[in-house]
Amino acid sequence: MKSRFLSGPYVLWMVLFTLIPLGVVFYYAFTDSVTGAFTLANLGSMVNYWPIFLRSIWLSIFATVICLIIGYPVAYFIAHCKPTTQRLLQMLVMLPMCMSFLLRTLAWVALLEDTGIINNVVMSLGLESLPLIRNNGAVILGMVYNYLPYMILPLYTVLMKIDNRLVEAAQDLGCNSRQIFSKVTLPLSIPGIVSGITMVFVPAVSTFYISQKLGSPDTILIGDVIEMQFKSAYNPNLGAALSLVLMVLIFICVGIMNRFSDEDEEGMVTV
Amino acid sequence: MRNFTRIITILVFIFLYIPMIILGIASFSTGKDIAVFESFTFHQYRELFRDDGLVSLLTNSLIIAVISTLSATVLGTVASLGIHKSRGRLRKAIMTMTNIPMTNPEIVTGVSLALLFAFVGIILRINAVLGFWTLLIAHITFNLPYVILNVMPKLAQMDPDLTEAALDLGCTPVQAFFKVVLHEIMPGIISGALMAFTMSLDDFVISYFVTGSGFVTLPVEIYSYTKKPIHPKVYALFTLIFLVMLILMVTMNLLQARDNTRRRKLMLRRAGR
Repeated sequence: MKSRFLSGPYVLWMVLFTLIPLGVVFYYAFTDSVTGAFTLANLGSMVNYWPIFLRSIWLSIFATVICLIIGYPVAYFIAHCKPTTQRLLQMLVMLPMCMSFLLRTLAWVALLEDTGIINNVVMSLGLESLPLIRNNGAVILGMVYNYLPYMILPLYTVLMKIDNRLVEAAQDLGCNSRQIFSKVTLPLSIPGIVSGITMVFVPAVSTFYISQKLGSPDTILIGDVIEMQFKSAYNPNLGAALSLVLMVLIFICVGIMNRFSDEDEEGMVTV
Repeated sequence: MRNFTRIITILVFIFLYIPMIILGIASFSTGKDIAVFESFTFHQYRELFRDDGLVSLLTNSLIIAVISTLSATVLGTVASLGIHKSRGRLRKAIMTMTNIPMTNPEIVTGVSLALLFAFVGIILRINAVLGFWTLLIAHITFNLPYVILNVMPKLAQMDPDLTEAALDLGCTPVQAFFKVVLHEIMPGIISGALMAFTMSLDDFVISYFVTGSGFVTLPVEIYSYTKKPIHPKVYALFTLIFLVMLILMVTMNLLQARDNTRRRKLMLRRAGR
């Protein structure tokens, strides 16, 4: 059938605006910003940025774990509501995602600032103001706040699809509720956990706004450094090298996560 | 167990909606400081509608969102038909390519497109290459996967006999598409388009890298606001957008619920026959 060729324009578009741009990133990463000659200097200078890479990864791992811990019970609760309530709650989880994350983060600044809403209350009680902003904790809070829906939704989708008869069978066979959770619900929800983790970790590790607003110059993240290369330091070649390393790091992380879920799916079939 | 998850859910929803409440309250305050509520006023809303700048920014955002969604929906739906027919390595390669913008961090997508445009600009000797067209190209690019990933499952669910029947009854393949296939995959097209539209309307990171000073959308402008003291009328705008989104989602929810009950009744009636 000729209809196979219908995807032609799309493939052309994606090659032009997805694959070739990545090629251009490679090109810039390996050339000098002034002369345009081939160089490894950009990638060599990555050593200086290693602490920032590590900090970005640590903070986003923290944020991802917190999202998983508080997102799982929420997804579980929603999945066990009546269908109408489920749809309503799902909508309420999605609604914040449609709103400008810049302004929502700004609202957190208003809450956490030294003269912000929380500290105003604290001080009116006669206590010392709390150091709530410009530290790692505030950056993690910002990440959890912004990306929590991306954890809840895939978890909910998986938990909702779990066949209740499996849970009943486990009950009949003498499992208590904790065993049902650890032997039936949790293993079956692993695909949702994996996609939730990647959907939170990837944007968190590459964010550049949250740390500018909620963090301090000491908590600068890799996304901030990349943004600076393009918008204030005007060194696109260094920016390209940083993006390349970030991309490879994420590629490795996602690859490991996906392998994890594939193996478990196979494991479930054999059990 | 049930009580434990209920309490966590309530706390999480409070957590998710605190910023909306703060911005909502701030939009009715006379004070400039978001953290201090002075007295109640509609002043910010009046200011908002008097401000042509904000209205034109919103128009820019809407123009980009509408054009990019329409283009991505048409291109993506046609492509899905093609991908659906192809098999093996070709199909796998196309799906991998579709997943690149989804798994790549937004900042990398933005940077890679910005570099491409800069590169093309150098070759063609155009000075200010970033603007409306580059923004549109970027939005279509990140919208396409949403359309494909929503339409493909509907095509897979569709009964292939339906197309065969239409062809047997004398339809040309094009007629069969418009009379049968399109109708079957419509829910996928609509949800894909809606997702693309909201993503496009709210996109900041990619737009920030691929647009110039000539054509600015609302999120990009808000970012430049947040570096200087922000004007309270922006909170009023946020509150209005929030309400529009809320009404939109509730309506969609109700329509879907009605659709579901109607379908269930239809099935029962069929089963009864």
